[in-house]
Amino acid sequence: MMTRPTLPLLPTALLLASLLSGLLFGGVAAAYTLEEFEFDSPAQQEQFRELIGKLRCLVCQNESLAGSQAELAQDLRNEVYEMMRAGQSEDAILDFLVARYGDFVLYDPPLKPSTYLLWFGPFVLIGIGAVVVIRTLLSKKTTPDQPVTEADRARIDELLNADQTADQTADRTADRD
Amino acid sequence: MAKSWRFLIPLIIFGALVILLVIGLGKDPRKVPSPLIGKPIPEFSLPELTDTGRTLVDDDLRGQISLVNVWASWCSSCRQEHQALMVLSENPDFQIVGLNWKDDAQDALSVLRMTGNPYDRIGYDPDNDVGIEWGVYGAPETFVVDQQGIIRYKHIGPVDRKVWEETLQPLIAQLKAEG
Amino acid sequence: MIPELGHIALILALLLATAQAVFPLAGSLTGNRPWMTMARPLAYGQLVFVAIAFLALVEAFLTSDFSVHYVAVNSNSLLPDIYKFSAVWGGHEGSLLLWALMMAGWGAAVAVFSRYLPLPVVARVLGVMGLVAIGFLLFMLLTSNPFERLFPVPPEGRDLNPLLQDPGLAIHPPMLYMGYVGFSVAFAFAIAALIGGKLDAAWARWSRPWTTVAWVFLTIGIALGSWWAYYELGWGGWWFWDPVENASLMPWLVGTALIHSLAVTEKRAAFKSWTVLLAISAFSLSLLGTFLVRSGVLTSVHAFATDPERGLFILLFLCVVIGGSLALYAWRAPDVSEGGRFDLVSRESALMLNNLIFVAFTVLVLFGTLAPLIYEAFNLGKISVGFPWFNKMFVALAPFLALLLGIGPAARWKHDSPWRLTKMLWLAFALSIVLLALSSRESISGGDFWVPIGIALAGWLLFSHLTIVRDRLKHKKQPLWQALKADFSGNGRSFYGMVVAHLGVAMFIVGVTMVSNHQIEKDLRMSPGDSHEMAGYRFEFLGAQKVNGPNYRADRGHFRVYRGDRQIAELYPEKRSYLGGGMPMTEAAIDAGFFRDVYVSLGEAVGGGDWALRLYYKPYVRWIWLGAVLMALGGTIAVSDRRYRSASVRSSAPAAAATAPA
Repeated sequence: MMTRPTLPLLPTALLLASLLSGLLFGGVAAAYTLEEFEFDSPAQQEQFRELIGKLRCLVCQNESLAGSQAELAQDLRNEVYEMMRAGQSEDAILDFLVARYGDFVLYDPPLKPSTYLLWFGPFVLIGIGAVVVIRTLLSKKTTPDQPVTEADRARIDELLNADQTADQTADRTADRD
Repeated sequence: MAKSWRFLIPLIIFGALVILLVIGLGKDPRKVPSPLIGKPIPEFSLPELTDTGRTLVDDDLRGQISLVNVWASWCSSCRQEHQALMVLSENPDFQIVGLNWKDDAQDALSVLRMTGNPYDRIGYDPDNDVGIEWGVYGAPETFVVDQQGIIRYKHIGPVDRKVWEETLQPLIAQLKAEG
Repeated sequence: MIPELGHIALILALLLATAQAVFPLAGSLTGNRPWMTMARPLAYGQLVFVAIAFLALVEAFLTSDFSVHYVAVNSNSLLPDIYKFSAVWGGHEGSLLLWALMMAGWGAAVAVFSRYLPLPVVARVLGVMGLVAIGFLLFMLLTSNPFERLFPVPPEGRDLNPLLQDPGLAIHPPMLYMGYVGFSVAFAFAIAALIGGKLDAAWARWSRPWTTVAWVFLTIGIALGSWWAYYELGWGGWWFWDPVENASLMPWLVGTALIHSLAVTEKRAAFKSWTVLLAISAFSLSLLGTFLVRSGVLTSVHAFATDPERGLFILLFLCVVIGGSLALYAWRAPDVSEGGRFDLVSRESALMLNNLIFVAFTVLVLFGTLAPLIYEAFNLGKISVGFPWFNKMFVALAPFLALLLGIGPAARWKHDSPWRLTKMLWLAFALSIVLLALSSRESISGGDFWVPIGIALAGWLLFSHLTIVRDRLKHKKQPLWQALKADFSGNGRSFYGMVVAHLGVAMFIVGVTMVSNHQIEKDLRMSPGDSHEMAGYRFEFLGAQKVNGPNYRADRGHFRVYRGDRQIAELYPEKRSYLGGGMPMTEAAIDAGFFRDVYVSLGEAVGGGDWALRLYYKPYVRWIWLGAVLMALGGTIAVSDRRYRSASVRSSAPAAAATAPA
């Protein structure tokens, strides 16, 4: 006998199957153009990767320089690479780009007066929420108790299990299946 | 009843959200304002597109009002604004300087041959060297530079009659008055 | 001809939806029984006609009928059939039709499984769902008709976006929409309860399985999306806090809060007005997500082709649906009684804190997603909010949730003593401290501060839940395993579902912690015959050759991966150019494993037979999605609990109707 709960089993099974097939066969797929950059050391390469991961590709709408194929992103990657090779520090490179493209080029907005709202705003809201919850918890003791009464329960059961006996038989068959 | 006020809060928050979204609908999120407004133009030196023997340098943008227009032959919105630029090129109040951006010289020249050349001078920047200095992230973009070589405004997207009448013309009149 | 049939079917579906919204609702207010009984047949009828429209569009895709504008833009005659089918929802118009189909499917499912609900409740629930359906059908017919004809007929279609030509993305949207739309049922129940003024435990019990099922779909949908991004976008990330991702996460977060809050309302009749608010919010956030994705107010890599006119329509629709229901809430909720009393230390308190944290997460996501808009609206400048901000915010809050998650399920309803809880959980806590100490060692943590914390929190969840299960069974006479089996097949399904879902959280934490802190990434240039060692694996590059796919040409690299001397995998990353045009796609090859993935993507040919390449080592990355699978599985087990089964399923016949062609 089909029961409604089998409904979400289908997607669960689908995902499980796809994950498992991934486990067995590996997946294929992606969109990234790698240019060839030569580095003196793996550490420098790591630093480069980190740096371009922090920068926003301006034309792509929410992709980092590291992940973007756009031409402008390639140009900026090149620029960052050249500056690194010329021995510029990370901060100097970031400052250079910010001076030309604005803070928007940074994925992580710096903490300054204009971004206080961004960094602290949510915590103010959450703080208000927390105060309300704590006050509710503390004041709960004084409110009258109105739990689910026996009468309610009976009514629920009556509504939900109108033919309890028939149902139980059905359930038992279901279990055997 | 103070208590029932609480239940209005979600509706009020939603109202604020709707106002925000209505404002958002009227804005283009792709536009990134330039931090260069109010700053002097960056130093640069580029060969000219029409005569590679000559160079265009930052000093060429001082002493008169300039519109610096970033364009390329591959950019379709640039064609769209081309006619407007042709009209503006007759205006004696300012010079129009082109920045031919990430383009091929032959393609760019053939576009100018076919549709006319609105520019007084054109810097040729195939590798985006000067583009990066100016914070260019797409074409077309148009900068307004005053007589002292200070960037006063940046327009992103094609220039059309509306942009000219509502933004550029008043600004240029003001710059002229400032002298 | 058939597309016109589809168009007419949509119009008829709109008429039926209108009738479904008007008559049953009016009937329930005036006590007119015949009008109320119209609800079910109208819901079935709506499903039939939307399904006809959907099939008409499927037919247009399968026969490559490029005289239909939407087909011409999103398909191509070379496209493999399976992607012709999934291309039906590959664009804005078709995905709306899929949404409408699911909406109608859920409505019909409610009609089938509500035979023991009082008629006025059924009439109101289906009436509200009809109202919502009107909005979507009208939206489609007025601004986004998928059956619009194109003249002259192009000889060939523009092709489906290559990124979407992938099995993961073929099933991701249907799952996601099943979740979004599924919350409309909880929403409709909440509105029905507000209209009827009867907000009680019975209402919570009716809503609960529906909510859980919708949540299961949404969980799977989000996990699929993340999995897809991981292997298809080629930078090995699994979540980027893109507005579109956030749009799906917000309903999930509120939905998760709702599932927990419904438990309190059902068991203790408490949190009633709060639960109703969550039910309204979960669906409202689904709608808001639709607006954000389709209106163009935010920028995102995968936003639909946007259009302010559509944006305005959805905004109006949002005002009617959300504004209307919140107004109703403000009017009726003050009359709702407080419900059962509970002490500071109790299951209720724990669940209240759970709700606080989930709502806090939602506020973070909503705030972060809209912050650019807020700044722009108040002329505060252009602001960049991206993954670093969200990561910091979430990492700051998540440990509290994990700590609470180990305690909450152990607490008793109404009143518990801190002493009893301590006695019960001290061992689990001590074990996790040991785990913290062990994993702090350099060899495991790699010197990173979050690794031991993540592992200890995951351990805490595992140990505390094992303790809780043992505690539940301690009075049983049978041996532990048998007692567990008996309890599971008896009345314990919803309890064990919860345990499984919570263990999924533990697994998820391990995956996120390990992959964020221990992954290795290398960009290389290799010539055929070269080998490279990374993370104990040796990658041998054998060269690349040209291959042809059904609708693309590709360069295919060939790699052998060795662990020690043993070959463990052959990998074939590709770089594809689709004949339909567009950018070349780098198709990564992944050798997936339970404890790690190794991942190769092919870059550019750099001359002399050399290739630029990228290699990744991703420890425990699969645990992220397996964690989500466990959560979904937990939800599934919970809905199979006897008390929902007996309440909602009476016969086998109608069950099939619930599985709309997903």
